[in-house]
Amino acid sequence: MSSYNHTKATLALAKASFRSITRSPSAVVFTLAFPLIFILVFGFLGSGGTKIDVAIAPDSDLQNPIITALEKMEVVRLTKNDNMANINKNLEKGNYDALISIEKNPKGLPAYFTNVKYTSASLDKGNILKSVLNELSYKLNTVNQQPTVTEIRASTIDGRMYRTIDFILPGQLGFSLLSTGVFGTAFIFFSLRQNLVIKRFFATPVRRSSIVLGEGIARIGFALLGALFIILVGHFFFHFTLINGVITVLNMLILATLGVIVFMGFGFVVSGLAKSESTIPPISNIITLPQFLLSGTFFSINAFPGWLQPISRALPLTYLNDAMRKVAFEGAGLWEVKQQIFIMILWGIGIYAVAVKTFKWE
Amino acid sequence: MTNRKPIISVTNLVKHYDDFKAVQGLTFDVYENEIFGLLGPNGAGKTTTLEIIETLRSKTSGEVWVDGYNIEKDAAAIKQIIGVQLQAAGYYPNLNLVELLELFSGLYGTKINPMEMLEKVNLQDKAKAKYKALSGGQKQRFSIATTLINSPKIIFLDEPTTGLDPQARRNLWDLIIEIRNNGTTVVITTHYMDEAEQLCDRVAFVEAGKIIALDTPDQLIDNLVASGFERKKEVKKANLEDVFISLTGKEWRE
Repeated sequence: MSSYNHTKATLALAKASFRSITRSPSAVVFTLAFPLIFILVFGFLGSGGTKIDVAIAPDSDLQNPIITALEKMEVVRLTKNDNMANINKNLEKGNYDALISIEKNPKGLPAYFTNVKYTSASLDKGNILKSVLNELSYKLNTVNQQPTVTEIRASTIDGRMYRTIDFILPGQLGFSLLSTGVFGTAFIFFSLRQNLVIKRFFATPVRRSSIVLGEGIARIGFALLGALFIILVGHFFFHFTLINGVITVLNMLILATLGVIVFMGFGFVVSGLAKSESTIPPISNIITLPQFLLSGTFFSINAFPGWLQPISRALPLTYLNDAMRKVAFEGAGLWEVKQQIFIMILWGIGIYAVAVKTFKWE
Repeated sequence: MTNRKPIISVTNLVKHYDDFKAVQGLTFDVYENEIFGLLGPNGAGKTTTLEIIETLRSKTSGEVWVDGYNIEKDAAAIKQIIGVQLQAAGYYPNLNLVELLELFSGLYGTKINPMEMLEKVNLQDKAKAKYKALSGGQKQRFSIATTLINSPKIIFLDEPTTGLDPQARRNLWDLIIEIRNNGTTVVITTHYMDEAEQLCDRVAFVEAGKIIALDTPDQLIDNLVASGFERKKEVKKANLEDVFISLTGKEWRE
């Protein structure tokens, strides 16, 4: 009788669970479809950076060096053929950041007057335009003149381009791992318990640990395949930065594994707390939504008001996102994100301690 | 019959749930290779008794031996020689029957051919179907197939025919008799007396957690008749179910 093989039982469960997950629409949607849609949207929004929309007044002179110089600037987008009523309306809304009209000086020098009207609806972009215009006028005015005091010689070092995708993808990856871990685990263990599947398992020689382990292996395997797919789509279609290539991917997958394990702990807790199938989504959302919004999935947590940042800095997903970005974009090794890893492990210990108390087999 | 060797031996079994006394001192033996029926109304303690013998539930007191193993000390050994069909149990979601059988063969640590198992219960046509898509009778037959995976010495069937139509029910009886004829002991619960009369070698009547009668169906009937009991209506040579079966045919409806 001692010939019973617990590893085989665990692997049989892992195989069954993996098959089941790949056929479950919600697992596929949350792990792959949602994150990919967000990546597509933000990927196509692209890395254009700031654009300043400037309307040219209809009666403005168009054949002058100022317009020519503005047209060459990537940061400025000129609209020349709009009517005044429309321009005013859009200025109020901030759709235009400024209105420029240029008139020839009939008296000679200076040759042109450039009138700029900014809008309070878009002050920050107005300020950028202000300095753009200052530099432009200085250059145009000082053609062929020796500067008397100083000449600014600016240069830009050739840095790595930080695209939107470099921020968005790790966040989406974190979200994918969070949903797989929490929702997937909560639903499957609740339904196995409710439909007496686990009870039937208990009538076989299988150990409880094999059931949890088999389920975990399947879920981690599925989450990692999903993560790999997201990383590869991001890399090959949207130029997601993978500094050290394969090593970076491996490091990200190791972080992903840690992430799913921690998030599965939340799932175990939810499956134990839920009284019925319909209470799983609300309880799961209480756990996932705040992390989704506050953990730097879409925006850097530095953009949050001061009182909110401590909350952000308490959530495990914040540290997963942070570590992922450091590894992917800055090429940090796992040892360099040890602080983030440490905090995730702390969360893991805490949540599994709660899970052991709340989890129900029957 | 009386000289046969007991394979299950239950002595003074008691189970209390808080205040509720579900089982109050059951004592009975199940002999090797018989079909043993636990009969009684809902809530009489049949399922609780089965689940204690199956090592799925702890007892309050008493002793239970299964094929020489004690349920407290050798639960793991007992699980390897029994097959269990639970009342209303589901199966792992999103898997077809072959995949479910593969899973159970892994859980029991045995090698099986899933198609052969399905043939035993006449479900080979449903190999790629999901459990949820099966009819009531098919579900019960599949459940029985999962109990046979480890070639058990004893199988436990908890109300396997509840909710089935007469054809599916008779068909399941044939299957259960076949399993017994292949050398397996069968313990079954039911509240259909015609079923117990046809199927069981011996039956125990359980009422409010106690055994109130235990014998062969024949002997129990004879005892009652001997006590002067008479049916109010003269017994005809057939009953309404016989009419139903002869009108609608014996073959399966799925």
